[in-house]
Amino acid sequence: MAFPRPRPTRPELPRRRVRTLECGQGAVRAVRFNVDGNYCLTCGSDKSLKLWNPHKGTALRTYQGHGYEVLDAAGSFDNSQLCSCGADKTVALWDVATGQVVRKYRGHAGVRTRREGRGGTSSIDSTIRCWDCRSRRPDPVQVLDEAKDGVSSVKVSDHEILSGSVDGRVRRYDLRAGQLYSDYVGSPITSVCFSKDGQCTLAASLDSTLRLLDKETGELLGEYEPLPHGPVPPRGALGGPPPHLVPPPRRYTGHRSTAYRLDCVLSEQDTHVGSASEDGNVYFWDLVEGSLALSLSVGRAVVQSLAFHPTLPCLLTATEGHVQLWREESFQPEGDTA
Amino acid sequence: AAAESSDSEEEDLVSCGTALQPLQEGERIKKPVPLQEQTVKDAKGRYQRFHGAFTGGFSAGYFNTVGTKEGWTPSAFVSSRQKRADRTILGPEDFMDEEDLSEFGIAPKDITTTDDFASKAKDRIKEKARQIAGVVAAIPGTTAFDDLIGPSKITVGVELLRKMGWKEGQGIGPRVKRKPRRQKPDPAVKVYGCALPPGLSEDSEDEEDEYQPENVTFAPKDVMPVDLTPKENVHGLGYKGLDPSQALFGVSGREHLNLFTGHSEDTNNLLGDLRHSKARKLGITGQAFGVGALEEEDDDIYATETLSKYDTVLKDEEPGDGLYGWTAPKQYKSKTRSEREVKYIGKILDGFSLASKSSTPSKIYPPPDLPRNYRPVHYFRPVIAAGNENCRLQKVLEQSTGKLESDTTQQSRHALNASQRRERLGETGLKGPAPSVLEYLSEKDRERLREVKQASEQQMKAKILPQQSRISRFQPASPDDASQKWQMLLGGQLANAGSSDFKPFAKNPEKQKRYESFVKSLKQGEKDTLERYLDPSMTEWERGREQEEFFRAAMFYKSSNSTLSSRFTRAKYEDDVDKVEVPRDQENDIDDKETAVKMKMFGKLTRDKFEWHPEKLLCKRFNVPDPYPDSSIVGLPKVKRDKYSVFNFLTLPEPTTSVTQATKEKIQENNSLNKPKKPSRWDVSDEDKEKKDSISEFISLARSKADVQQQPPVPATEECGTGPSETLPTEVTNEDKDQEEESRPSMDLFKAIFVSSSDEKSSSSEEESDEEQQPTTSVIDSETTKQVDLPDSSSSNVQENVAATTDPGVSLMPTSKQELDATEEFGPKLPPAFSSGRFYRFPTSFPGPSRKEKHRKNREKHKTKREHKHKKEKKKKHRKQKNKGKHKSKKSEKDSSSDSADSSDSLSDTDTTGLSPKELLRR
Repeated sequence: MAFPRPRPTRPELPRRRVRTLECGQGAVRAVRFNVDGNYCLTCGSDKSLKLWNPHKGTALRTYQGHGYEVLDAAGSFDNSQLCSCGADKTVALWDVATGQVVRKYRGHAGVRTRREGRGGTSSIDSTIRCWDCRSRRPDPVQVLDEAKDGVSSVKVSDHEILSGSVDGRVRRYDLRAGQLYSDYVGSPITSVCFSKDGQCTLAASLDSTLRLLDKETGELLGEYEPLPHGPVPPRGALGGPPPHLVPPPRRYTGHRSTAYRLDCVLSEQDTHVGSASEDGNVYFWDLVEGSLALSLSVGRAVVQSLAFHPTLPCLLTATEGHVQLWREESFQPEGDTA
Repeated sequence: AAAESSDSEEEDLVSCGTALQPLQEGERIKKPVPLQEQTVKDAKGRYQRFHGAFTGGFSAGYFNTVGTKEGWTPSAFVSSRQKRADRTILGPEDFMDEEDLSEFGIAPKDITTTDDFASKAKDRIKEKARQIAGVVAAIPGTTAFDDLIGPSKITVGVELLRKMGWKEGQGIGPRVKRKPRRQKPDPAVKVYGCALPPGLSEDSEDEEDEYQPENVTFAPKDVMPVDLTPKENVHGLGYKGLDPSQALFGVSGREHLNLFTGHSEDTNNLLGDLRHSKARKLGITGQAFGVGALEEEDDDIYATETLSKYDTVLKDEEPGDGLYGWTAPKQYKSKTRSEREVKYIGKILDGFSLASKSSTPSKIYPPPDLPRNYRPVHYFRPVIAAGNENCRLQKVLEQSTGKLESDTTQQSRHALNASQRRERLGETGLKGPAPSVLEYLSEKDRERLREVKQASEQQMKAKILPQQSRISRFQPASPDDASQKWQMLLGGQLANAGSSDFKPFAKNPEKQKRYESFVKSLKQGEKDTLERYLDPSMTEWERGREQEEFFRAAMFYKSSNSTLSSRFTRAKYEDDVDKVEVPRDQENDIDDKETAVKMKMFGKLTRDKFEWHPEKLLCKRFNVPDPYPDSSIVGLPKVKRDKYSVFNFLTLPEPTTSVTQATKEKIQENNSLNKPKKPSRWDVSDEDKEKKDSISEFISLARSKADVQQQPPVPATEECGTGPSETLPTEVTNEDKDQEEESRPSMDLFKAIFVSSSDEKSSSSEEESDEEQQPTTSVIDSETTKQVDLPDSSSSNVQENVAATTDPGVSLMPTSKQELDATEEFGPKLPPAFSSGRFYRFPTSFPGPSRKEKHRKNREKHKTKREHKHKKEKKKKHRKQKNKGKHKSKKSEKDSSSDSADSSDSLSDTDTTGLSPKELLRR
C-alpha cells in the first residue's frame, strides 16, 4: 500500500475510570466482554444475567432464568447466543434477541466456567464437558475428566481446550494433535488464558503468582509475583521445608490471591499481564520484564472478575455490585450521555 | 493627598449594575428568592406556568384549568331549555387569553400576510442585501419590481393547458381508447419527459377500464412523476419514516402503523395526497394548544407510542392489503388479476416497478417418452431377505412376478440388506461383535472347519432332510456349498455360544450341558466327536432329533445375536471379571514436580504429555481433522488393571508397568508404528521415583510383602555379595528379574526401617545387610542391561555393570566432607535451594539410618576400593552425566535401544543407583 503504516503507538494501560455501571443484581460474579468488545455481560448473584453496552453505560437486556447465582458467561462468535452457567448446576444457552433459554444442559455437579463457540464447553466437579450447541443432544459430547480436582477455568481456542484445575495443573487438550499436555504448577490454579498470539498460556494460582508458560514446551517464560522475584510463600506442608525454616509470611501490600477465584488477563497486545487481587486492586505487570507496571485501585473489596477488551486498552472490573470501565489516559469519551 | 488620590481612583472606576440598597440599621439581609419560587407572570400579572415536556409551552387558563380560580365555570351559563335556539357553540377562542389572539399569540387574530403573499425574502438581512444590490445594480430599481409583481398561484403553462381543455388529474396527450390498449400496450403512447417505467400507469388503467363503455375515448391517464430522489439514508428499501401526520391525525391512532406499506393508498389517487382524504380539519393548530376538552380524540396526541405498533420485521402481508388493498373497488377484488400481478404478490417499493419481462424463462423439460407397453400400474414387490427360511416363498414370488432373478448381484437395491448396502457405499461396519468367527480364524482353521462341516453334513444328510432339501433348493447347484453356508451360518454364533449365557435348554441341565459341549466341539472343529456328546443311551432317532435341535438352537441364537449385537455394546466392566479399565497413562506423582516447581524448572520436568483422543463430533465442531481417524477410543487410552486394587486410585507406578519395563518398551516400539505415542517419560522414571518418594516406598513395601512371601531370596545374591568383580548373574531369567525388581525396593526398605531401629546391631548383621544390598542393585543393573537387548552379556559389559553397581558405595563417603564433595558434584547444575532443601529434610526425622549408612558405606568402600580405584574417574564422569541424564532421561531411554547402548546403559545405571535408597535415606 502506498499509505505508510501508522507508527506503532506505545501500548497504554487502562488507568482512568470512565464509567461505573451499577448493575443492581447483587454481587457481580463475573463480567465478560463479547467477542468484539462492544458489549459486556455481567453475571449477578440474583440469578440474572445482564447485557450492557459498557461504553455508553446502557443496560440492554436482562436474562432471567437461572435458578441460582450466575457464575460465568460468554457470548457466541456470531453474537447470536449467550452461554451462561450458574450455581444451579446448569449451563444455559440464551438467544440474545428474544432473551429465551434455547437450551439447558445439566449434569455438572457445580458449574464454574464456560466457553461457547462452535461446541460449548464448561466445567467443574473435576470434569470439563463439551456440549454440542447445534444438535439437540442433552448429554455432553465428551467429558474430560482427567482433572483430579475441580476445574476452575476453561478457555477454548480454535483447536485447543485449556483448563486450569485446583489440583495445580494446567491441562491443554490439543484436538489437532490428539494430545493432552499437563503442566504442573503446584498451587491451585484459579484462572488460565491464552495469549493473543496463541503461543503462551497464562495461569494464575492461589500462591498469588501468575505464570506465563510456553505452550509447546511448558517452560516458564515469566513469573509475576507480588514482589518481583521475591520468594513464593510455601503453600501447605507437603513437600515444603520444615516449618522452622520457613521464613515468616510476608505482609504483602501488593497482589494477593489466596482464597478467591480471581481472573487474570493479558492486555490487548500481549504487553502486560493483569490480575485481580483480593486487596481491591488490579495489578498489571510488564510481560517481558515481570515488573509491576500499574496497580489500579478499584475498590475496597475483592475484585471478583476482570475482562480485557480484545482490541482496545479497555478493562472491565467487577467489585461488589458494580462494574467499572477503565480506559487509557488519553481516552476521550465521545458523545457522553451518562 | 491620600484622600485626593482615592477620590480620583473612585472616579476612574467603572461601575456596573445597580448598587444594592444600603442596609438599614437592624434590617435583615434579604434572602434571594429560591428558584422554585420564582414565577413568571404575564403583562397582566397572571401567572404563566411553564409545563409540558413535549409541548414546551405554558399552561392555559388558571393553573392548567380553564377560566377562573373556581375552575370550570362557563362565564355565562344559559339554560338550554329556554334558549335552545341561540345556543352558542363555544370555540376554542372562548377559552383563550387575549394575548393568545394577539399578533404573537398562538392563534393570532390580527391581519397578517400569509406565506403566499409574503415576499420571498423573509429575513431582513437578505432583504437589505437585496436592496443594496438593487441600488448597486446596472439598472437601478429593478428589485423594486419584484415586490410589485407578486407570485401568482397558477403558472402560465397550467393556464394554457386548462384553456386547451385539460383538467387536473388528467394526463397529457391525444385521447385514447382504453380497451385495445389493455391487451397490447400501445407503443405509440407519447410520454413526455423521461420514459416511464412500464406498468406504473397501466396498472391503474387496468382498474378503471371496467367502468367504461368501450367506444368512448378518454384522456390519457396522468402519470406519476418518477421519483428520482437518490437514496441517501441507510434504511432498508422501501422504508419510510413515521409520518407524523399519519401517526397523529391519520386514519386512526389505534390502527396498526405499517411503515412499509407506504403507498398502498396512493394507487387510486395517484397524487397520493393523504391529507385530502384523511386529514381532519383542525380549526386551530398550535403546538402549545394541544387538544381541547371538547375534542374527542385526545388520545391521538397523547397516544403512547409503543414499539409494538410498528413493524420491525418484513413479513408477508395480510391478504387484501396488497398493492390494490382495501381501496380497490369491490368488483376488482373478485376479479382475477392479470398474470403479472399474480406473479408478484406484494407491494411495489418506492421507485420500483414491475418488470415487463420476466428475467429468464424457466426451462421446461418434456416428460420422458413412455414405452408403448407401459401400464401405469405399480405393484409392490415384497422385499424378501435372503434367508433359507424364505427362499421357497421367494421363489414362488419370483415365479408369480414372472421374473426370475438369475443371480443375486442383479437384485435391486431394495433387496439388499443393510450390510450389503454398507459395503457398496464403502462405509465401515458397525462396531460390535464380528458377524462371523470365521473372519478371525486363520486359513488353516477355516479349512478344518470346512472339513468338520462336511463331515457333519454327511451325518446329517439322512437326518435333517427338510433342512437339507431347503438348502439344496436354495442353492441347487452345489450341495457342498450349501452345507458350507450352513456352517457359515452357524459359524457366527459359535464364537459366542460357548461362552455366552444363552441357554436354550436351561430347564434340562443335562441337555444344556450336552448342548454346550456340542457347540464347543463344533467350534473346535472336531468332526467325529459330535456324536460323542449326545446321550449314548438315546436311540439313534432321538439322537438325530437332538442334534437337529441343537443346530436349530444354535441357528436361533445366531440370528438374534447378529441382529441385536450390533445395536448393543458390551458392558464396560464385566461383572465376573476382576479387571478394570483405567487410564493407561496417569500423571505421575507430584513430588518431583513440586521440587521442580520450587526450582522454577518448568518445562520437561513439570510437563506430562499424553495421547488423547478427542470425540469425533468435537473435532467436527472445532473444524479440526480427527487426529486418530481410525481409533474408537475416546479420551485417554485405557489398560486393564485389577478392579479392586488400591493402585488404581493412586498415581503410583503399579506392578504391571514397573515390572515389565523392558518388555513394555518393546511393545511400545512395535506399537509406535500405528501409535505416535512415544514411550512416555514416566515409564522410565518409575524406578527413580520409586526410590525417591516416600509414599511410593510405603506402597511398594506393602506390595513387596506379598512378593517376599511367595519368593524366597534368590541364591544368586549370595554369589554377588562375595565377589562383586565376578561375573554377575546376568543369566537371570526374565521372570526372575521381574520378581527381583519388585522385591528390590522392599529389601531396601526393610533395611532402612529395621536396621535404623537397631543401631547396636552386630557387625555380622551389618555385613549381611550389605551383602544383601549389593546384589540387589547389581540385579537391577543386569536387568537394565537386558533391557537394551544386548545379544550377549559380554565381559566388558559386565565389568561396567559391576563398576556401576559398586559406584554408589564408593562415592557415598561417610564423612561429612565427602558429603560436601558429593553435593559439590551435584552442585553446579542445581540451584542452592535444591541441595539445602534436600539435605536438611531428613536428618531430623531419620537420624539413625544416616549414621548407620555412613558406617556401612565406609566398610563397603574399604572393600571395594582396591578393585575399583581405576573406575573412580569413570564414576565421576558418570556423575556429571547424571545431571544431564536426569533431564534427558526420557531421551536417553529412547536411545537406549540404539547404538549407544553402552553409554546409555551406564547412564541408566547411574540413574538408578545414583539415587539409590541409601542415598535417599541419607538425605
